[in-house]
Amino acid sequence: MNEREKILDKYSAKVFKNRKDHVVQFDNAGMPKEIAANSRSIPGLMSNRGCCYAGCKGVVLGPLRDVVVLTHGPIGCGFYSWGTRRNKAKSEDGKSYIQYCFSTDMQEADIVFGGEKKLRQAIEEAMELFNPSCIMICSTCPVGLIGDDINAVATWAEEKFNIKCVAYSCEGYKGVSQSAGHHIANNGLMKSIIGTGDAPLTKKYSVNILGEYNIGGDGWETERLLEKIGYEVVSIFTGDGSYEAIKNAHTANLNLVQCHRSINYIAEMMKTKYGIDWFKVNFIGIDETIRSLREIAAYFNDPTLIANTEKVIAEELEEVAEAREYYKEKLHGKTAAVFVGGSRSHHYQMLLADFGMKTIIAGYEFAHRDDYEGLEVRPNVKVDADSRNIEELTITPDDKYYHLSIDKERFDALKLTTELEYYKGMFKDMGDGTIAIDDFNHYETEKLLELFHPNIFYSGIKDKYMIQKSGTPSRQMHSYDYSGPYAGFKGAIKFASDTYMSLFTPAWQYITPPWRMQPTLEGKVGGAD
Amino acid sequence: MLDLTPKKIVERKALRINPCKTCQPVGAMYAALGVHRCMPHSHGSQGCCSYHRTFLARHFKEPAIATTSAFTEGSSVFGGGSNVKQSVKNIFEIYDPDIIAVHTTCLSETIGDDLNTYIQQMDIPEGKIVVHTNTPSYAGSHVNGFFNMMCGFIKYLSKATAVKNGKIGIFPGFVNPGDMREMKRLAKLLKTEFIMFPDTSGVLDAPMTGEYEMYPKGGTTIPEIVSLGDCEKILALGELTSMEPAIELKRKCEVDFDSLPLPIGIQATDAYVMALSHFSKQEVPAELEEERGQLVDIMMDAHANFDKKSVAIYGDPDTVLGLAAFVLEMGMIPKYLLTGTPNEKFTTKANALFEKFGVTGCKAKANGDLFELHQWIKNDPVDLLLGTTHGKQIAKAEDIPLVRAGFPIIDRYVHSYMPLVGYRGAMRLLELICNALMDRRDRDAKDEDLEMVM
Repeated sequence: MNEREKILDKYSAKVFKNRKDHVVQFDNAGMPKEIAANSRSIPGLMSNRGCCYAGCKGVVLGPLRDVVVLTHGPIGCGFYSWGTRRNKAKSEDGKSYIQYCFSTDMQEADIVFGGEKKLRQAIEEAMELFNPSCIMICSTCPVGLIGDDINAVATWAEEKFNIKCVAYSCEGYKGVSQSAGHHIANNGLMKSIIGTGDAPLTKKYSVNILGEYNIGGDGWETERLLEKIGYEVVSIFTGDGSYEAIKNAHTANLNLVQCHRSINYIAEMMKTKYGIDWFKVNFIGIDETIRSLREIAAYFNDPTLIANTEKVIAEELEEVAEAREYYKEKLHGKTAAVFVGGSRSHHYQMLLADFGMKTIIAGYEFAHRDDYEGLEVRPNVKVDADSRNIEELTITPDDKYYHLSIDKERFDALKLTTELEYYKGMFKDMGDGTIAIDDFNHYETEKLLELFHPNIFYSGIKDKYMIQKSGTPSRQMHSYDYSGPYAGFKGAIKFASDTYMSLFTPAWQYITPPWRMQPTLEGKVGGAD
Repeated sequence: MLDLTPKKIVERKALRINPCKTCQPVGAMYAALGVHRCMPHSHGSQGCCSYHRTFLARHFKEPAIATTSAFTEGSSVFGGGSNVKQSVKNIFEIYDPDIIAVHTTCLSETIGDDLNTYIQQMDIPEGKIVVHTNTPSYAGSHVNGFFNMMCGFIKYLSKATAVKNGKIGIFPGFVNPGDMREMKRLAKLLKTEFIMFPDTSGVLDAPMTGEYEMYPKGGTTIPEIVSLGDCEKILALGELTSMEPAIELKRKCEVDFDSLPLPIGIQATDAYVMALSHFSKQEVPAELEEERGQLVDIMMDAHANFDKKSVAIYGDPDTVLGLAAFVLEMGMIPKYLLTGTPNEKFTTKANALFEKFGVTGCKAKANGDLFELHQWIKNDPVDLLLGTTHGKQIAKAEDIPLVRAGFPIIDRYVHSYMPLVGYRGAMRLLELICNALMDRRDRDAKDEDLEMVM
């Protein structure tokens, strides 16, 4: 039995039939592999997945700093998504709602008699207290079941207060994971926000950063690099992002997609509607950051921009050169497991490679097949009932704003050599006996530790302490264990230094007490003197 | 920080801002983790389970296991019966607990899933047990979920036989493993035979050994829960948390109970110790009297540093009441007491405390939120904040020292190992409070006023 078979061995026939397609082990030949993904979790298996609400409110909408994101439901959902994702934000005028949690805190009577009245009242109160220019309503499970018409309430709010109010029906039970919520959030932003502003551009080359949630300040570091080269960052979706900026996203020349899973819908819809091309970039990892910056410069093909890009790369590289060598020497040859987020299990493999570390286990909670196998797999993906329930918007070119930045000939040429409108997926960077698991669960995590003995396991809080208790260092990669930023050149060093710290913290030496190693009791046999 | 919070207070009827409570299921999950070899199971969509596990892991810095029925849109329409049945089968096969404790969510409650029937229809392996409780997220708070789960265990398992077991049942309330350990230590000092239920010590404060144990040594065992029905008496600690399960046990097995406040501070610990002594018919040992005397000694030594200082206390009702009683014993003024849990008994009890200690100008509110607490403080400030992590924003905004106590504390370490209860817990609490105030005095002192000796 290989490791994959050993993991699956314990399962009953029914569970095996499902899980076997979610676990893929690579051989040396590098044969293309197919994986089952974005399908229902098996009840009772202790999946790490979250829900549609978590994807919509928690991930995509929550970081918008100038929006009152109002959770319509009982208190828990709003409470849990309050300040817990480390999507940092600061606003010049002090008008940031990030520090606040807003909820209708539905009670039994609201469930029985309907919650629309309370939702309206909550909006009135929010308007009186804060007077925001934008409110977003996010539904939780019971709202969809009792049939509150949150869209009608949003329309009422827009008319009554002359604000933007968008309703998101992101009930937790929709779809099979957070992923459905990303899609619903993307749809709402596309339908109601993007394209409603007309602020003029200030620089010749402008971009949006998509799927960058500014966890630990990653977005700020990415923005710093781009601005240093000379780009205008029109908007960020959505880390430290704002309604005011996203309104103008359609004016940018190019979209940069960091997290493919959570935001690819907007990238593709903006291409159709506004003609804006997109790149799959990755600012996690030194070599990947360099690749991304060069591809963006190549897209605009301006000698000054290209020269600036090389200058910035050289400067940043020089700044980290010594530390990079130091950590490479310390970390080289260490093995890792990576289970995080939308594209991060892929991104972090590239960063680990910067320091000579090898990823032997990787996977996602909520990815789709294209995140694993590359965009070319899309036509072969079967859409099941759960995904069909999530609306697919029909997008047509916009009369006023549709514009192409480069001609078709250059587009085609670039597409051959870069990740222009292409995501290659995680699998192409894996191989050689390593293993990939989709929607990994607690039991499988235990088996992975037992079979592969990685030196470090990057995952989330739910499995962190289990992994650590079993003797393997574990770092949270959703929250960076409250560190970061990890993006860009300096971020890579921060990541390496954190990894080094967790691998070698002195506490690892003290697990076994000395009396387990040598006897402490002294005595004589048989009562002799 | 919190720059948008206005000083002017307007009444809110619908909008909850910066809550001071969360929903029932997380409390149920916590209670179930206090049962040995138990798998908590969340009957709802995946997100609920994920959020609750996350919060418990963040508070305790420990693995918090639980499974989910993983509702889809289909199950939300047609009912979650097949999901929970499939779950139970898989859980026993893969994770092999002795018992599965199912709690509901707002989703399964809204569609009216009947867990009684589902459980009867299940094919449960020989010797294994499935229990459930109803924890609608739209009623009460996580505290209700905690005691509802206790009631669930009692309803399913506790039995009165003809023979009493000579033990006292201790319901510790929604407290940390460190508190439960201290309550048990006191009971042992008084040579009391007891059953603590639930008991998360040894589960959510398990040691690092290099081996991961899915079911660590701790937790109330199933035979112990059964045997609660044969206890001589129950000590229900924290009336607003532990009374309901005590009443449930009384109803089912006719076990009498005494309800006491959480043993935080001198008098509440005295009452706990006296109750144990009364039950075990043992004199309070000198060792314990010494501890008490040390605490009083410290209170006297340090009193000038906290006397008449005002404090805002927020969190779960019984914890807030316990902390309030102790700060009153210290001579401090608990100016604002606030809980997010909707229970008017909290206000009544708080007002009774104000009256007992003869303090005026103090205010208590149940079903409140931290936005409102912040507004109170903006209008009339306090010297200290005492409560959970989520008050740190107010502490920063108003530059007020914060001492962390209660649930959840997701931004600090060690707290869950250490008690707030008992004389030792009171010493620790006093040290935390006193240090916070004295550090503040040092920080604010002009160079010429910095005291070397205090």
